[in-house]
Amino acid sequence: MAQAHGIEAEGLVRTFKGGIRAVDGIDLRVEPGEIYGFLGPNGAGKSTTVHMLTTLLPPTSGTARVAGFDIVKEGPKVRTAIGAALQEAALDSLLTGREHLNLQCALHGIPRSERRARSQELLERVGLTLAADRKVGGYSGGMKRRLDLALALAHRPTILFLDEPTTGLDVQSRSALWGEVARLAREDGVTVFLTTQYLEEADALADRVGIIDHGHIVAEGTPAQLKAQIGRPTVEATPADGATPEAIARILERFGEPTGGSAKGVAVRLEHGVSDLAGIVRALDSEGIKLENLALHAPSLDDVFLAKTGRSLEGAEEEEAEVEA
Amino acid sequence: MISRPKGRFRWASKWFDRSAPTATRARPARPDAGTASGAFWSVAFAVAWRVLHNVFTTPSLFLPGMIFPLFFFTAFAGGLSRVDNIPGFDFPNGYTAFQFVFVLLQSAAFGGVFTGFGIARDFEYGFARRLLLAAPRRSGIVAGYALAAAGRWAVTATILTIVALAVGMQVGGGGVDLVALYALALIVNLAGTLWASGIAMRLRTVQAGPIMQLPVFLTLFFAPVYVPLALLNGWLHSVASVNPATSLLEAGWRGLRSAERAAL
Amino acid sequence: MSALAQVGYVARRSVLRTARQPANIIFPFVFPTALLAVTSAGLSPATKIPGFPSDSFLAFFLAFPFIQGALFATMNAGTDLARDIQSGFLNRLALTPLRGGALIVGQLGGIAVLAFIQNCYYLAVGLIVGVRLESGIVGGIVLIILATGVAIAFGALGAFFALRTGSGEAVQGLFPLLFVGLFLSSMNLPRNLIEADWFRTVATFNPISYLIEGLRSLIITGWDWEALGLAFGFAGLLAAAAMVLANWALQLRLTRT
Repeated sequence: MAQAHGIEAEGLVRTFKGGIRAVDGIDLRVEPGEIYGFLGPNGAGKSTTVHMLTTLLPPTSGTARVAGFDIVKEGPKVRTAIGAALQEAALDSLLTGREHLNLQCALHGIPRSERRARSQELLERVGLTLAADRKVGGYSGGMKRRLDLALALAHRPTILFLDEPTTGLDVQSRSALWGEVARLAREDGVTVFLTTQYLEEADALADRVGIIDHGHIVAEGTPAQLKAQIGRPTVEATPADGATPEAIARILERFGEPTGGSAKGVAVRLEHGVSDLAGIVRALDSEGIKLENLALHAPSLDDVFLAKTGRSLEGAEEEEAEVEA
Repeated sequence: MISRPKGRFRWASKWFDRSAPTATRARPARPDAGTASGAFWSVAFAVAWRVLHNVFTTPSLFLPGMIFPLFFFTAFAGGLSRVDNIPGFDFPNGYTAFQFVFVLLQSAAFGGVFTGFGIARDFEYGFARRLLLAAPRRSGIVAGYALAAAGRWAVTATILTIVALAVGMQVGGGGVDLVALYALALIVNLAGTLWASGIAMRLRTVQAGPIMQLPVFLTLFFAPVYVPLALLNGWLHSVASVNPATSLLEAGWRGLRSAERAAL
Repeated sequence: MSALAQVGYVARRSVLRTARQPANIIFPFVFPTALLAVTSAGLSPATKIPGFPSDSFLAFFLAFPFIQGALFATMNAGTDLARDIQSGFLNRLALTPLRGGALIVGQLGGIAVLAFIQNCYYLAVGLIVGVRLESGIVGGIVLIILATGVAIAFGALGAFFALRTGSGEAVQGLFPLLFVGLFLSSMNLPRNLIEADWFRTVATFNPISYLIEGLRSLIITGWDWEALGLAFGFAGLLAAAAMVLANWALQLRLTRT
């Protein structure tokens, strides 16, 4: 299923009523066969971008080509090439999983003789054979997401858009879905454009990550490249009974600038990296300070987000007003 | 000390107590709760205020209860006024007054049922639990809903009466007769509220709406709605003869007749 | 794939959905029948009003359930579509090669199937309780066709409302309005016997009166070409207007490129 074209967007803008610029000039390029993670808090413009790239929403300005087709001028061709599982698992609670797949295959023009086999193949692929003839209303959140994915794959698309595919899922369902998405990209060569607000999802799945905030892409690269931009790890010391956080903070600040730690702990970003650790231990010991815990944290995508936007991703979730389409 | 209410609404508190966590059942009475009746009325008025505030500030809640009686009155009294030409139709104050009684009682009953919808909604969305935890006298909650239903219906009844008088309804009865008519409707309103509350508290979902409505609807329509009982025949006459709603309507019609004619 | 095939798939789904929602089945069957029973029994003395066109109020009133059933069709078509919009299913369909027109026509195809079954049932109830059609068997067939056409017209109206508002509650809010329209018509009495001038005027300007009168003419009159012409005309006009509006609303809703 390897293909020559991925996704290219230039200056993509979408303005809503009231002048809200949900997407404010996005440039991106997703290579064929790549998993691209689009990371950002609620209201950052992720879903609006997906709606534009999947032709469900015309851009206010800018251009984009998906699978080599212009999203404005060649909407039907784009839709033939892509599959999409949008934010809401858009299913009909009164139909069974198999009926959904049959309908989807029929609407995509798959010949009647192939529909049954294709539906069965997809049901097996997402592990829904036992529940195939049950109404979707009785499915769990994870099952709905898996069916959603199967429906997106019905017509063998070369590019797959997944808009927050694991939001609200338990850990087990989430990792099962990650496994399937990874397999699609690695084995079938499907290009995956994945939006997420979970750092670990982008970290685990994406070949490259674009971080979006307030409609702008604020950072882009592989997870390793992005973390390398931050570079330095943090260390967090949690005092044992009797030790005061202030005393610990005084010592740690000699080794780097303070960052937000846990409620009980004190954290700093190390000025010289891991090599500072031995000095910290010696200094704490020489002052006779007892610790309950001392932890070293490697840089995360949240650190990248913090460095680029001045806020942590979790904090941004709460601040953002929902402006997505 | 268990703050289980005593007196008239003790039966109702049973429903609420069953739904409450054990810990809250045995919580101590509040020191500031005042007298038992004071706490009861305090809760009742607070609940009634909240329901009425919601109803009168949310058109989608207020308008159906307001518009439907007016609509039925218009459709029946206006569209069917020729019915009083049927030989044997002996209601002396005209068809408008004849229909007014039915619509007034219907609005009273459905005013209660609509309040039941609100109770079911409160249970479904968890607000009822907040009330249960906050109210020192839980029986006051039911009384509050009943007060709200009466308050809501009072507005409907006032507007319905004004409209009926404006379109020329003839009132033959005296002051006492009229007071009795509205008191009767108020009792019907209370009965409707208690019926719907019972269903709402038992099933605790707004999907129970049809179960609250349908029996009331059928009881009212299996009565002499369009013509007096004497003019009915067939199965409806048999059903209406034993339907308690027929007695309510006949009592209501007396309220609009002159005393002499009623005696006749 | 042909548009007709697409219509077929959407219609099949619509029928399946309806069949799996007992309330959608029970209400259109039970309520109109119950109101037919209660009203025809309660108003049976009205046949004694001088000039009343039938000696059976049941026969006179039998047109009512066909129209009320059509109103239920409005609700079904509208709430189903609104649910598709709210759940995002419409977006899923928009990502397939499905044509917009096929979506609406398919949805209405499902409504037409249900309406056809409903209408056969209402007619059977009428015949069982002793109503005889003055227009005979052919009249019965025309009655079913006309009533199904009316249901399609109202269904298109429901679809338009759903597409315009995207809300099931808004569609539900339409039902009382149509119900009021039904009551302010010649539903209970012929227009010439409505005493109140304002009511008679409203009923005369109310298209539902003509739909009812067309259906009623087949039951109690025979072949009244004027009544039938007006009924088919209004049903056709309503269906065409509602379809155009629904298609326009769909274009606005589906801003796909």
